[in-house]
Amino acid sequence: MNKLITLGLVLALTACTQKVPQQRAVYLLLDTSGTYTEELTKAQNILNYLLATLDSGDSVAVARIDSGSFSEKDIIAKVTLDERPSQANQQKRAFKQRMDDYVKSVTRGSRNTDITGGLIQASEYLAETGAGEQYVLIFSDLEEDLAKGHIRDFPITLAGINVVALNVTKLRSDNIDPRDYLKRLARWQERVVTGGGHWQVVNDLERLDQLIASR
Amino acid sequence: MSSDLFVIWPGEPAVNLALWLVIIVVMMYLGRDASHQLLNQTGRSIYRTMRIAAFSLRAWQQTLRTRNQAILQSAGEAQVRRVIEREFVRVNDTIARDLGHYPTLHRQVSDTVSRLEDDYNRAIDTPPSPPAWLEVVNTVASIPRNGDPAAVKILDRIQQTLEGAHRETMDAYIKASRQSHKLLGSMQPLWRQVGADLQKVKHDVESLEERAAVIDEHMTEYQAIRNSSEAAMSKLTSSSLTQFFISGLVLVIAVMGGLINFQLIAMPMSEMVGGTSYIGAMKTSDIAALVIILVEIAMGLFLLESLRITHLFPIIGSMDDRVRRRMIWVTLTILTILATVEASLAYMRDLLALDREALTQTLAGASVVEANFRWIPSLGQMIMGFILPFALAFVAIPLESFIHSVRTVVGLFAQGVLTLLALLARLLGALVQHAFRILVHAYDLVIMVPLSIERLVTRSARSKVQTSSSGANTEVLWQKEESQS
Repeated sequence: MNKLITLGLVLALTACTQKVPQQRAVYLLLDTSGTYTEELTKAQNILNYLLATLDSGDSVAVARIDSGSFSEKDIIAKVTLDERPSQANQQKRAFKQRMDDYVKSVTRGSRNTDITGGLIQASEYLAETGAGEQYVLIFSDLEEDLAKGHIRDFPITLAGINVVALNVTKLRSDNIDPRDYLKRLARWQERVVTGGGHWQVVNDLERLDQLIASR
Repeated sequence: MSSDLFVIWPGEPAVNLALWLVIIVVMMYLGRDASHQLLNQTGRSIYRTMRIAAFSLRAWQQTLRTRNQAILQSAGEAQVRRVIEREFVRVNDTIARDLGHYPTLHRQVSDTVSRLEDDYNRAIDTPPSPPAWLEVVNTVASIPRNGDPAAVKILDRIQQTLEGAHRETMDAYIKASRQSHKLLGSMQPLWRQVGADLQKVKHDVESLEERAAVIDEHMTEYQAIRNSSEAAMSKLTSSSLTQFFISGLVLVIAVMGGLINFQLIAMPMSEMVGGTSYIGAMKTSDIAALVIILVEIAMGLFLLESLRITHLFPIIGSMDDRVRRRMIWVTLTILTILATVEASLAYMRDLLALDREALTQTLAGASVVEANFRWIPSLGQMIMGFILPFALAFVAIPLESFIHSVRTVVGLFAQGVLTLLALLARLLGALVQHAFRILVHAYDLVIMVPLSIERLVTRSARSKVQTSSSGANTEVLWQKEESQS
């Protein structure tokens, strides 16, 4: 009997020391300013990949980057997948449908680009989910163009969040002087790392599987 | 600083070394006896300790051997006893089935024999034989007819009467003979029936004799085990090892089956208990699936135990037959319910996989294609889900064999380890003792210079003593000779 109890305790301790797979939360920011709206079909593919990868209990949200992105109104769709796989599949279908509808509805881009506001909104959403792994995917050229009067030049808190810049397209000015592009990336990296986050750039969308692996 | 302490002659390291060597050699020479004693005693004591250790290990090994033999003997006795019991049950069945009808058979044979006797008696009740009549008729017929016509007429009448009587007698005789033949003919099937009945009795008795011979063989084996004969114990050990490997192999197969079963129900289980909660590092749904499989195995154990196929739980085996039968039905019902649950879970798994596949295709932008003959894998999974629990239930049989044989195998392994340890201890003791002897010689090798000097001095002193003693002896002899002369 004692041996059985000891065995049970050992198994329980072993189980407790092993790492439990954590829930994931992904916040996808879509740049809808200017000519970048043309890239939205790529964003759809990214979202489809995310939906195929995420499991029950994971959360996903998609928000647009416009002139003032620090707002709940900019969240296009958000969902926390149900713990039952069949229900989660239904949620994924509905989410995809809403995203498709949104992409169809976008006809013209916003005048300004408030990436920082969207990032702050994303960090708030991710903190609320309480997920173990948190990702912000920024689908943008990272060229911030704030509306007059908007203040965004302050440090932002991104502790433990993986910030991934996707499909950072080169602007016409970048082609003239590539240092502008590099400087832009470096500035965002500095902001993210200073805020406690992890920075990554993925321009080849075929390599998305390196970001979030399916379980 | 500390190295300065060893400097005797500053600035002359070679001289220092030589001086220290001399000092060490002298010191070692002076302490030679004590050092030899120390080395010899240490070597000897280690050797003795190792011998004692080896002796203890050998004693443990012997104890273990005796215990293993007792286990083997007990297991062998139990096994042969079970076989003998089974043989007796068969004999009982044979007697009940075949010889139970013996009184009826006996009455049948007796009746047949009585009927045969009656028929025989009736068959031998025949009229007297006709030859005597025939002689009388011939005698009357041969009397000469040359006399009185009245006498001739009388004689003819007598002859006619006699011939009529003879004919009647012959007819009666033929009729009686025919009747006898008929009776004897009707006796034929009766004889055949008697023969068949006796043949049946013979067959039954022979089958009993065969059973008795088998029981005799088992009894001889049982006796050999009880007497702990070398051959019987060797056979039991070999049988136990074979059982260990075979049951181990079957258990591995069962584990594989369990894993397949687990894969079949783990995913759909998340539909029932949720797929996001964890106990430790494991999903609750996985644990639930595992629990179902383990409960199935437990039910299988109880079922086979109740059927008295296995004997892992003596309390179940010794239950009242009525309670045991009830337990058989209860465990079988639970097992069937669990198998049905598994079959439905397997079907749900197929549905979920289908749904997931359709979603993946939608997300990939492809149109969802309905696969043909999709019902075949669905049906296959359901059947597997239903059958595997029953297949796993039979794991109790190899498990019992494994548990019984593992005791013997572990015992044999432990015996081997103890024997090896004892051998190593003895070897180590001998080696250490030898090493210390070598050390003694090496010690003498270091101090060979003073030892050689000592040997020379001793030899010269001894020769002087011998010379002086021989000189004294010569003087004594001379004095003796002078006194004699």
